[in-house]
Amino acid sequence: MRLLAVIWAFLSFLLAGIASADAGPNLEALLNPRPAKRLSEYQLFANPAAQAPNKGLHPYDLQQPLFTDYAQKYRFIFIPPGSKAAYSQDEVFDFPVGSVLVKTFAYPADFRQPNKAIRLVETRLLIHQRAGWTAFAYVWNEAQTDAVLKLAGKRLPLSWTDKKGVRRNINYVVPNKNQCKGCHTLNRKFSPIGPKARNLNKDFTYPSGAENQLSYWTKQGLLTGAPAPRKAPSIPAFGDASAPTALRARAYLDINCAHCHRREGPASTSGLFLTYGETQKAAWGYKKRPVAAGRGSGGLTYDIDPKHPDRSILIFRLQSNDPGIMMPEIGRTLVHTEGVQLLRNWIKSLEID
Amino acid sequence: MQMVSTYLGIQMRHTVAAILCGSALILAAFAAPAPLRAADQPTVVAKPANSITVDPSGDMQENLQEALILAEPGTTILIPEGTYHFTGALSLDVPDVTVKGAGRDKTILSFKGQTSGSEGLLITSDRVRIEDLSVEDTPGDGIKAKGVDQLSLVNLRVEWTRGPHKDNGAYGLYPVESKNVLIDGALVRGASDAGIYVGQSQQIIVRNSVAEYNVAGIEIENSYFADVYGNISTHNTGGILIFDLPNLPQTGGHSIRVYNNKSINNDTPNFAPPGNVVGSVPRGTGIMVMSNRDVELFGNEMAENASVNLLILAYAYDYEDPRFNPLAQNIYVHDNIYGRGGWDPDGDAKKHIQPKTGLPLPDIVWDGAVDGIWAAFFGADEEDSIHIKEKDGTSFVNLDMVYDMIVPWDAGVDRDISAYHGSFETRAPVVLPQEKNLTEKSKTAP
Repeated sequence: MRLLAVIWAFLSFLLAGIASADAGPNLEALLNPRPAKRLSEYQLFANPAAQAPNKGLHPYDLQQPLFTDYAQKYRFIFIPPGSKAAYSQDEVFDFPVGSVLVKTFAYPADFRQPNKAIRLVETRLLIHQRAGWTAFAYVWNEAQTDAVLKLAGKRLPLSWTDKKGVRRNINYVVPNKNQCKGCHTLNRKFSPIGPKARNLNKDFTYPSGAENQLSYWTKQGLLTGAPAPRKAPSIPAFGDASAPTALRARAYLDINCAHCHRREGPASTSGLFLTYGETQKAAWGYKKRPVAAGRGSGGLTYDIDPKHPDRSILIFRLQSNDPGIMMPEIGRTLVHTEGVQLLRNWIKSLEID
Repeated sequence: MQMVSTYLGIQMRHTVAAILCGSALILAAFAAPAPLRAADQPTVVAKPANSITVDPSGDMQENLQEALILAEPGTTILIPEGTYHFTGALSLDVPDVTVKGAGRDKTILSFKGQTSGSEGLLITSDRVRIEDLSVEDTPGDGIKAKGVDQLSLVNLRVEWTRGPHKDNGAYGLYPVESKNVLIDGALVRGASDAGIYVGQSQQIIVRNSVAEYNVAGIEIENSYFADVYGNISTHNTGGILIFDLPNLPQTGGHSIRVYNNKSINNDTPNFAPPGNVVGSVPRGTGIMVMSNRDVELFGNEMAENASVNLLILAYAYDYEDPRFNPLAQNIYVHDNIYGRGGWDPDGDAKKHIQPKTGLPLPDIVWDGAVDGIWAAFFGADEEDSIHIKEKDGTSFVNLDMVYDMIVPWDAGVDRDISAYHGSFETRAPVVLPQEKNLTEKSKTAP
């Protein structure tokens, strides 16, 4: 009898395994505190090389992305069937256990042809497990058929041709698990950063046509409690020249800096708080003196010296690639020239009190 | 339970083996996530009882970082003797872990070639102990701990090997926003801000350490309840600094005891990058207290500090922070030893103090910044005042900064040390939970 039970258990296990290949992502694997060795074990993609999602995994986009050495990013979200994320006006949505945020980093060989010859570099998973959020990075193989777990991070020599036709070579840094947490921390807890209402409130081109992401998530049963998009907060896109410079600059700082530089974040010690809604001038850097910046101050007096980008520590640190100076501390090896230019224009436009 | 599983095991071995063989591969492909295989495990060698030794061969960045990530709480990670080179920051986020080298001058982690990460080692978990190793030449900070409880940094060396240089990292040992911090037996050299810096923390002991050739030797900033004792601070710009700054989450530094330290021969020109508050510390400052409350300084030897042996000041920059109190209040200075000082002041000491006092500057210099006009004329309230009980012959000056602003025609200084005679009761020593089981021996200052 006992033997039969054992055999039966194994057979049903087998069947469950086979069935789940069709049923979308492997929730059991996602909830296992021990990460899978290969990305394919999670069954996230129907066609990994093409980044075609499996059933239940939805692509999305952010109004303002984090700058990561010009990498293209493909984002997806999975929410276990039968549960929903709860809307929040200002913070990241409250995602149920089993949710996964998937982000693949990729480079086309030539940015003048951004859809051709794309090399997938890594896929990062942010998984809401029973014990809380956790993160794992998977590095894609040469053949682009699967990606392998890298707990301790990795450095990858990469090169591409940029929009101006210039050859770029970098040592791309895949973060280790702790470095993921270095940014993904809110009140000392692992937390997502991007999927906030203001960042998602934009149209996305789905196979079924263009639609506002908040509406789509609600319709698909992924999200509950969201108002109509026009009543939800929004921010201008990075390249939207019609939007006020100040709003674009603050939105840029919000997504690139404020995950650490906020009262509840890892850079709380600095007293520099760059969230979109921060209204206290000294807190967002206006004539704020550095605290523990060391040589990161660059001999300058204020984080933001109104009208003087070249006298502003913020610009100095964004323009540097020296690990003892640069900001953000991790996540880039190149200077985001266009981002720096936006912030320069903004600082030039600031009134002096 | 044990019996059942044993029984199942036997059954499986003898009876289900065929099925297992046939289905193992399929299982791995379709069902539960595959367990970690050998290649994923850190390349470490098992040692008795919860300790692992990191394999020093191969890619040490990967080996050590994996060990730090995969360590279970309670583990001691041993790093063998050797010099190891790192290109990125290391980090530890698992609680109850000890990282131990083979000795301060035997296990050396060099970050000379570091291209990413703003510190050598970052600690973000509680009850961590790092001991018996060295960290060298980080482009940023040496060892940083943020938001942790019960941190012990013991017998460590952090050094920038080229000596004082403006491009050295800011802090050697850098716990911030932490609770129950122990720094014991450290040697820190060459930091372009502070060798040992504890900021926005509570319950702190810094002892038996040597800080030299830094801008600030030891700095306690925006912190509560610190005991700093038995340290030697020498050849820095400033020996020991007790600071409080505005616009920080934790402000109102208080309850600091600095005793039985030697702050001597602090003769390194200030090499801090300008813009940092510490950049204003004059070369040759022994001990400096800026805008704190309830500070007791005793049994210290301050000598051969060319600007000033002991400086007590208010925060003098503009600020916007209603919570912040810029004044140094309720400071008790007693039973210290003063050697030569103040004969060749530097920077602000030369610019703002020397014109008022002449040479040499007195042993103890207080700016006289007090709260309001009343206090400027009649002295601060007892609990806001400074109290001095030093042996006869100790020289002192109150620069009367506030009074002079109100009545510039009566500008002058007050050198009457006896007018500040007073005391307050010493508070109980800081006791750290991580030390409760240790012997008394290690707690005694040399």
